Amino acid sequence: MAKRIDVSGLSAFYGTHRAIDDISMTVEPRSVTAFIGPSGCGKSTFLRTLNRMHEVTPGGRVEGKVMLDDENLYGSSVDPVTVRRTVGMVFQRPNPFPTMSIYDNVAAGLRLNGVRKKGELDSIVEKSLKGANLWNEVKDRLNKPGSGLSGGQQQRLCIARAIAVEPQVLLMDEPCSALDPISTLAIEDLIGELKTRFTIVIVTHNMQQAARVSDRTAFFNLAGVGQPGKLIEIDDTERIFSNPSVQATEDYISGRFG
Amino acid sequence: MSHSISDAKPAAAGAPAATRLASRRLPRWSPLAIAVGAIVVGVAIGAGFGLKSHLQWGLIALILFVGGSYAITAQVEGRRQAKDRVATSLIWASFILAVIPLYSLVQTTISKGVKVLDGTFLTHSMNNVLTIEPGGGVYHAIIGTLEQVAIATVIAAPIGILTAVYLVEYGRGTLAKWVTFFVDVMTGVPSIVAGLFILSLWFVALGKAPASGFAGSLALAILMLPVVVRSTEEMLKLVPNELREASLALGVPKWRTITKVVIPTALGGITTGVMLAIARIAGESAPIALLVFGSNMINTNPFSGPQSSLPYYIYQQYGNGNDPSYARAWGAALVLIAFVMILNLVARGIARWKAPKR
Repeated sequence: MAKRIDVSGLSAFYGTHRAIDDISMTVEPRSVTAFIGPSGCGKSTFLRTLNRMHEVTPGGRVEGKVMLDDENLYGSSVDPVTVRRTVGMVFQRPNPFPTMSIYDNVAAGLRLNGVRKKGELDSIVEKSLKGANLWNEVKDRLNKPGSGLSGGQQQRLCIARAIAVEPQVLLMDEPCSALDPISTLAIEDLIGELKTRFTIVIVTHNMQQAARVSDRTAFFNLAGVGQPGKLIEIDDTERIFSNPSVQATEDYISGRFG
Repeated sequence: MSHSISDAKPAAAGAPAATRLASRRLPRWSPLAIAVGAIVVGVAIGAGFGLKSHLQWGLIALILFVGGSYAITAQVEGRRQAKDRVATSLIWASFILAVIPLYSLVQTTISKGVKVLDGTFLTHSMNNVLTIEPGGGVYHAIIGTLEQVAIATVIAAPIGILTAVYLVEYGRGTLAKWVTFFVDVMTGVPSIVAGLFILSLWFVALGKAPASGFAGSLALAILMLPVVVRSTEEMLKLVPNELREASLALGVPKWRTITKVVIPTALGGITTGVMLAIARIAGESAPIALLVFGSNMINTNPFSGPQSSLPYYIYQQYGNGNDPSYARAWGAALVLIAFVMILNLVARGIARWKAPKR
């Protein structure tokens, strides 16, 4: 199921502006890797290069290599649509499809990819909602619109939708930043369960969250406004938060930034 | 330093008065009372000076009302509240001014139209009916309007919606700019010019005069297209980008994202836009006169032979210049208004039904 991601020499651009510069790192399978760093340092941009969502933005362009096990995501014969089926994504703000019911939201990825059999869909929807710890709350109203759920439930619905297509990797772009502490806890517990099946990469502004959920942590920083973001270091979470090898990392996580 | 100390004193002295939150207010019925007073005085002035036009009486009353409420409110409540009341009065006055013609139009059409509106009127054509006699009906014109508008919609709605999808989802660079520019230009094409364009095209291509409902439909489609493009474009732009990204991130191809996520989300608005475009072309008579020629007989085939349509029928009957024809023209006008109104209601119903659920 889960795959290793090996990034080497990756730069991403918006038009001519270089947003991130020459990033190399390895993301271990069946583990949680957290990206931390100040706003605008390119964490989210880097995350979006991992499933080729960066190029959806007008002017978005990528240089470098992202190896998923032995395949380069940016190889010339690679279809971005196939990449996105393999590398799923959960966004900062919950974004269930407003015209669809809870059931249809979870089934959306499968249906839109050609799975039609009712029995098969039923079992995958139930499995995904259970996987996202949402099944008990919604099993009696699967035909109600997804936008009627609370923010935390909507975000878990989006996670269920992402894992329903059985990706190898799950990318999460600040999945808890719009949620209250209780919903955040629910999602963090969920991340702990999901990492046994998926490779998970999570961007977060919440240092405690990174410390709680992740196995490894990468710290990004930028030299100044308009400068490209860089990877400062990546290490085991415990080491980053107790004894980082770079001074800037320690300054950032202890709040002595800038 | 002494400067700032001397400044602080008056402020401290004035402070207790400023902390009062409540102030003098006019009672709730005061605008009504001022309005009644203004009307009474306005009528009195109008009658007293012997002004013949009742419009002048009304305008005097309006000016008195606006001025009076400003003066009274400024005295009691203060200048800011007075300005607020003047703005409110002006907005209400504009609203009433806008509603009066609408009400008058609907009321006149209904009162004059119902006289001839009956089963016979709706189910008979003008074939073998002398224009100076009562009788006859709009059946052939209803058929013409329905068919011509339906064909125009079948042509213009898909092209318009696809153009808008191109502009919003794919369009970058020069081509998109040119398309947008030409859509803007098309918005300003007068209906008679669209009719002339199809007429000359018909002559060049087929070497004869058109005289069919289909030719009229082509001209109507030209008029409809920019309206559909514009409204659909606005609706597609309202679809949050997050939904597109959510779908793309599930590994859904772009075209499926557009057909299954973007368009369904905007469908209510798109339908409303198409219906409004239909309402706009349903009232066109110039291209029909040029291309369909008009007919008194029932012709259900839009591809051959002249047809009529409701607006052309109204024009024709009015041109006859006698009372039975005037009555028929009013009846047809009522039918046309009802047709457009039903379309609008249907559009609103679809928009509500298809709107994203809360």
